[in-house]
Amino acid sequence: MRKLLIAKLVVGLSLAASTGAYAAGDVLPPKDVKWNFEGIFGTYDRAAAQRGLQVYKEVCASCHALSRVAYRNLMDLGYTEDQVKAFAKEYEVQNAEPNDDGEMFMRAALPSDRFVSPFPNKQAARAANGGAYPPDLSLITKARANGPSYLYSLLVGYTDVPAGVEEQEGLSYNPYFPGGWIAMAMPLFEDGVEYTDGTKATVDQMAKDVTYFLSWAASPDLEQRKKTGLSVMMFLVVFTGLLIAVKKKVWSDVH
Amino acid sequence: MEKQTYSNPVIRWVDDRLPIFSFMDHEYNKFPMPRNLNYFWNFGALASITLIVMIVTGIVLAMHYTPHTSMAFDSVERIMRDVNYGWLIRYIHSNGASMFFIVVYIHIFRGLYYGSYKAPRELLWMLGVVILLLMMATAFMGYVLPWGQMSFWGAKVITSLFSAVPIFGESIVEWLWGGFSVDNATLNRFFSLHYLMPFVIVGVVVLHVAALHVSGSNNPDGIDVKGPQDTVPFNPYFTAKDSIGLGVFLIVWAGFVFYAPDFLGHPDNYIPADPLVTPPHIVPEWYFLPFYAILRSITFDFLFIDAKLLGVILMFASIAILFVLPWLDTSKVRSCRFRPVYKWFFWLFVLDCFILGVVGAKSPDDPVFGVEWFKYVHLGQIGTAYYFFHFLILLPILGKMERPLPLPTSISESVTGGRSDSAAGAATAKGEPA
Ligand code: HEC
Ligand code: HEM
Repeated sequence: MRKLLIAKLVVGLSLAASTGAYAAGDVLPPKDVKWNFEGIFGTYDRAAAQRGLQVYKEVCASCHALSRVAYRNLMDLGYTEDQVKAFAKEYEVQNAEPNDDGEMFMRAALPSDRFVSPFPNKQAARAANGGAYPPDLSLITKARANGPSYLYSLLVGYTDVPAGVEEQEGLSYNPYFPGGWIAMAMPLFEDGVEYTDGTKATVDQMAKDVTYFLSWAASPDLEQRKKTGLSVMMFLVVFTGLLIAVKKKVWSDVH
Repeated sequence: MEKQTYSNPVIRWVDDRLPIFSFMDHEYNKFPMPRNLNYFWNFGALASITLIVMIVTGIVLAMHYTPHTSMAFDSVERIMRDVNYGWLIRYIHSNGASMFFIVVYIHIFRGLYYGSYKAPRELLWMLGVVILLLMMATAFMGYVLPWGQMSFWGAKVITSLFSAVPIFGESIVEWLWGGFSVDNATLNRFFSLHYLMPFVIVGVVVLHVAALHVSGSNNPDGIDVKGPQDTVPFNPYFTAKDSIGLGVFLIVWAGFVFYAPDFLGHPDNYIPADPLVTPPHIVPEWYFLPFYAILRSITFDFLFIDAKLLGVILMFASIAILFVLPWLDTSKVRSCRFRPVYKWFFWLFVLDCFILGVVGAKSPDDPVFGVEWFKYVHLGQIGTAYYFFHFLILLPILGKMERPLPLPTSISESVTGGRSDSAAGAATAKGEPA
């Protein structure tokens, strides 16, 4: 009974500790969205992630880098090697080594290259965005609490400025962004992309799709991790069961 | 130590010259263990195994990691993405640090509950406190290595604490940094020390276990072993029992690694370190939170000591006080089972540590449960006061005033309810393998 009481207190206090975070500042907690890569058997929805790649490429990539993902990684999303080669060829990169005359030269990107960034450096990115830095999106869903839902909420969360709140020059109002004012103008508009698979490009659809894509980009290990985890867990549970049986046997002569 | 005669000539040849086989047989095979130990006695073995796993995964990480401010974060991401099973190695290591602290904290509270720090185990206990301090230093420096936002700002906040030292403060901080800010020199030395310290821990663990094997294990009744009828040999009895604990522990650890690998971490550490952008909340890893709360709860000067310095002193004192615990607790009875009053205060102390942990995670100026005049810093002050009250006032007095329950005359009596001639007891009494 007393142990139960203590357990309840402990749980209550930890809940208080975890939910309290949102109380600071006037931020809305992210919308509660179920993602199919969550849960023990979670995998990435390939079709959604492929559409998300299209959203990233046609909308976000003009401001945000994705420099930790290599073009060849796209094969994880179900693209063939030829498709990846063709995708990479659209971009130009500077070769790492100079040519025989000692000059650096540009060449078409290869599958082994990483996504080409829109700006050569942080300063250039800031200069083009009114002083605000559009972060590299390679890790964005891991770098925010409740990342995928936060990203989705941010993208669909732009609203009119509430009555009594003063407009801020060059910023947009978004209640999901800490502080409420973000230097990124609403990036998604109905039919902003024309999906190759014919899906209707609503803002909600695009936001979900790009979230799938960027979640994969941040945790490409997720599917292999969960699959390996299942075997490891099954092994450990069976093994521990055997150990319990062994222990019972060993101790059977001690009272 | 009794020498064995081995039939295998090679083993006999070695053992005659260096009796490692006799030693292992004596310390880990026949070693007498109180027969009434419960599962809380698993945690020492679990901690040793965790240490080994940390060293093995750490060495593999170090093969791929680059200790340079411009490359550290990238190299960790390369481990996650491009190294075969790199994500597995890294998640085992980063969650392993948390598992290590959970195990060691349970191990310590076990000692507090059953009075394992009392004579003749004082030195054993003190060596344990040394291990705790070394672990904390190791984990702190390890957390800096991935060079994310929390790595950088955590390092900055903690190293800057030393500036509170009078006169030499600034020089000490610059000496620690190896420059005028937390920078490449700092990262390099932290990597070097993070690699070194686990091996120092191994050394102290060896001493800790050596001291244990002099006095033998304490037990849930906290009474001395009277003879062979009270014990069973370590192998197979406790190899079997520890294995169950290990199985369950690995399930928990694997649960985090495979299904919630970032749950215990902070999202900001997936943002590369930026000395120009201060995160809104700088919080240490969960295992440091109670100490962080003590540090931040001192907001007032005391006599000639200023608030910052006092906070630092109390934070270190909160661990250092464990060194003198064997002499602060005046009760002759070890186990809480027979200390009806202390038992309650023990749980109150656990609760206090937990509350301090919550306070450490909050910003000091936030109101507690929405009560405007009662902030987390106030809760932290109460928690800190109670922490020291427990050790400095309660324990010395309680030992004198409390009337303990009658102790059982022997372990075998308390286990069998009087029958001391059970099979295992008789078998081990003659030194035969059970
Ligand atoms: C016109 C340039 C531009 C485009 C296009 C753009 N962004 Fe941004 N984005 C920015 C800037 C600038 C910021 C920094 C905002 C700030 O710090 O206030 C930003 C910030 C963000 C953030 C970080 C918010 C945070 O919590 O700090 C995310 C996530 C994000 N953008 C996602 C996207 C996605 C997804 C797309 C494509 C659908 C996109 N952006 C398109 C300019 C852009
Ligand atoms: C007492 C045992 C140890 C503890 C408690 C410990 C703790 C930690 C912690 C908390 C981190 C940060 C994890 C993260 O967020 O990524 C870390 C990283 C690291 N550790 Fe250890 N460690 C231990 C032993 C070792 C050993 C023996 C080595 C190897 C020589 C090592 C090498 C590394 C490396 C290279 C990193 C950086 C890579 C990374 O961040 O994942 N560690 N350690």
